[in-house]
Amino acid sequence: MTWGLFLTQVLNGLQLGVLLFLLAAGLTLVFGIMNFVNLAHGSLYMMGAYFAAAAYAATGSFLAAAAIAVAATMILGLVIERVALMRLYARDHLDQVLATFGLILVFNEVVRYIWGPSSIYMNAPEALSGQVTLFGLNYPSYRFAIIGVGLAVAGGLYLVINRTRLGMLIRAGASNAEMVSALGVDIRFLNTMVFAMGAGLAGLAGLMAGPILSVQPGMGEPVLILTLVVIVTGGIGSVRGAFYGALIVGLVDTVGRAFLPIVLQLTIERSIAQAAGPAIASMLIYLLMAVVLAVRPAGLFPVRHG
Amino acid sequence: MADLRSPRFWVPAAVLAFLALLPAYSALVGQSFYVTLFTRILVYALAALALNFVLGFGGLVSFGHALYMGLGAYAVGILSFHGVTNGWVHLAAALIVGGVFATLVGAVVVRTGGMTFIMITLAFAQMGYFLAVSLKQYGGDDGLTIDARSQLGIVDLGSNTVLYYAVLACLVACLWLFNRMLGARFGYVLRGSKSNERRMLALGFPTFRYKLSAYVMSAMVCTLAGFFLANFTKFASPSYMQWSVSGELIVIIVLGGMGTLFGPVIGAIVLLLLEEVLQGYRPGLFPPLEEVVNKHWQVVIGLFVILVVLFAKRGLYGFIVERRE
Amino acid sequence: MTALLSVQGLIKRFGGLTATDQVSFEVHTGEIHAIIGPNGAGKTTLISQLAGELRPDEGRIVFEGRDIAALSVPERALAGLGRSYQISQIFHEFTALENVMLSVQAHAGHSFSFFRQVATDPRLTAPALEALRKVGLAHRADARVAALAHGEHRQLELAMTLAGAPRLLLLDEPMAGMSQKESEEMVALIASLKERYGIILVEHDMDAVFALADRISVLVYGRIIFTGTPDEVRGSQAVREAYLGEEEGA
Repeated sequence: MTWGLFLTQVLNGLQLGVLLFLLAAGLTLVFGIMNFVNLAHGSLYMMGAYFAAAAYAATGSFLAAAAIAVAATMILGLVIERVALMRLYARDHLDQVLATFGLILVFNEVVRYIWGPSSIYMNAPEALSGQVTLFGLNYPSYRFAIIGVGLAVAGGLYLVINRTRLGMLIRAGASNAEMVSALGVDIRFLNTMVFAMGAGLAGLAGLMAGPILSVQPGMGEPVLILTLVVIVTGGIGSVRGAFYGALIVGLVDTVGRAFLPIVLQLTIERSIAQAAGPAIASMLIYLLMAVVLAVRPAGLFPVRHG
Repeated sequence: MADLRSPRFWVPAAVLAFLALLPAYSALVGQSFYVTLFTRILVYALAALALNFVLGFGGLVSFGHALYMGLGAYAVGILSFHGVTNGWVHLAAALIVGGVFATLVGAVVVRTGGMTFIMITLAFAQMGYFLAVSLKQYGGDDGLTIDARSQLGIVDLGSNTVLYYAVLACLVACLWLFNRMLGARFGYVLRGSKSNERRMLALGFPTFRYKLSAYVMSAMVCTLAGFFLANFTKFASPSYMQWSVSGELIVIIVLGGMGTLFGPVIGAIVLLLLEEVLQGYRPGLFPPLEEVVNKHWQVVIGLFVILVVLFAKRGLYGFIVERRE
Repeated sequence: MTALLSVQGLIKRFGGLTATDQVSFEVHTGEIHAIIGPNGAGKTTLISQLAGELRPDEGRIVFEGRDIAALSVPERALAGLGRSYQISQIFHEFTALENVMLSVQAHAGHSFSFFRQVATDPRLTAPALEALRKVGLAHRADARVAALAHGEHRQLELAMTLAGAPRLLLLDEPMAGMSQKESEEMVALIASLKERYGIILVEHDMDAVFALADRISVLVYGRIIFTGTPDEVRGSQAVREAYLGEEEGA
């Protein structure tokens, strides 16, 4: 176990963390305002990846593909919010979960129909196909760029939420939606804006994940479930919680999978370690979530309700 | 006491009579396919019945009950892999593992409520899924083939018909058991907790322990369903624990009629038959479209689920029963 | 005679706000102790601490000689504190009788009973019917809660509280939303209960309070500014200034 290998895994963990944050931010804000969870958020991420891959193949320009993917996912998000999800806000959680479950099935099958059942590949842009050297360590520039973009988006969101009027309304909506409507703000419209932004961020995440993961039907759900772990761990409705939760989950999962089996081999018998290591590593983040919930039932950074 | 003209009596009676006679009909027309199709349906009905006990009557919307089906299946798979063929051992292992797992998971999830409960049950099921994938020695991603069905002495599960009746017998037993429990003190506490938990606490009920017990019982019946599923397919796979299976169980419940005891049985029959028909049925009216539907049948299921949620929330059995009363 | 309930120096803070400020009072068996105060005085916060839904930051709640401040809501209910709610908290899926039976069941040991059917269990049905009779609702025993009138909901709420055989009743606005006639019946009912229980009554209906209460505590901004008999309260200049005057002027 070398220092370089460890640093690489930490960077990989950060990269997973910022991707999860992009997904968690939109989901947690909409939950805060409308008390609604859209399980099909992972489908928006998948659609972002497909839009990006298709646009990149058609235009040959990664920047154009990025713009198209984010915009298209945002529009798609707006459409499903207005057509289907809006009817669910007043329903109970079971209905919300079930209807968005139906949406997932539809999206996965539509993708299969248009792009086929097997995965399609997407290259990183030419300019980012090389390596960056950092502390004597080579790391792919594209992955580095993901971390950079993710942190930049997090910083931008922080500014929007803490420094603008829109952000003030979002924060107020998350802690007391009724009061915001009483102030004469159209909470539905506010929510649609936030939903569209969340969809755009999911599209951005899909776009960035495209070149490093295979783009395939059903790619959204494992990520979505990780995102739910992030949200619950961080504290439902809190963007700050989503940010730290995402980084913690990303790091623990990546570093755990890489090193737990090795660490176990140092302490217990090799054959048992080889069998148990990956099994325990795969459970780490869920155990972490369980511990967090046991100690702080509302998550690490709960929203204060006023 | 039973009113013979009430749909609460004759609908379940007719469906159960149909299920009891199905193997005979299947033999008569020489279509053994019906028995295997309906074994699958009964396994899902059993799991959905178990889930409905906590979901429909206790208000615990678990989106992770596939976890327990998977655990039951892996108990059979892993023991068979190590040469243990005794079915009673399989069954005991499945129930114990399911019970222990459900107690640990339940201790965390039952304390929460609402959306958090849904999200973390989903997360824990995914944990089981990844745990199964990580078990490379037991097939990992590919799953685990089971050489022979569990040996239960005189009950020879090797015969498809015997397996069918074994599942049916368990289903009927569980219907009876849950019916008794719902009318007993335990059931009233469970239903009261769903209706108004705050009031239950103020009356003096420590609701957590009752909800946790119901959760564990429900999970253990699901592991029983998993035991049968593994015997039916002779296979244990991580895909049994996939999130979509948990979703399907909820769809079955809502389709059949949430909060009705018999609803899940009807829901399982309708949903699985619908899936079967969509995948293979070609009436030849418009072949190009039929081909697309056969291949992409999940679109239809997805839309169907959305429509059921938006417009038919009482479910089929709920509709039949309430219309008559 | 020692008090049934003795609240000593109770303090509850929410951030910078002190919602309950050094509250102390006593309730004896056979006595109705009313708590009145303007909106926002902290009555609900106080009741919630007595029932166990909120934990006080400081102070003692001594019930029948033992400090119950650390007990959970169900533990306090089993210890003998019966609570009725401001907004009827009843089980809408059940009949009136089933609602009261649940209350009886709560006090009849654990409920890990899986086979014996509740509907035919006289150990539950008999006391439940008796409680319904006490509040004058026996004729509606088999009606679904949804079919009951608002006043009947209040009666049912009280029947559920009584069925738990409490020694102390926490009645949170039992007259809320009632017609004049229903109120009068409820006043008579509560007066008839007084002998066997200690009662804490939180109520906005001043006619009812002055008709029923043996002693009244006036709560303003979380603090009890005056405790006394109805006549003393009527005559108190402090109360008039802090509360009654304010109310009349509003």
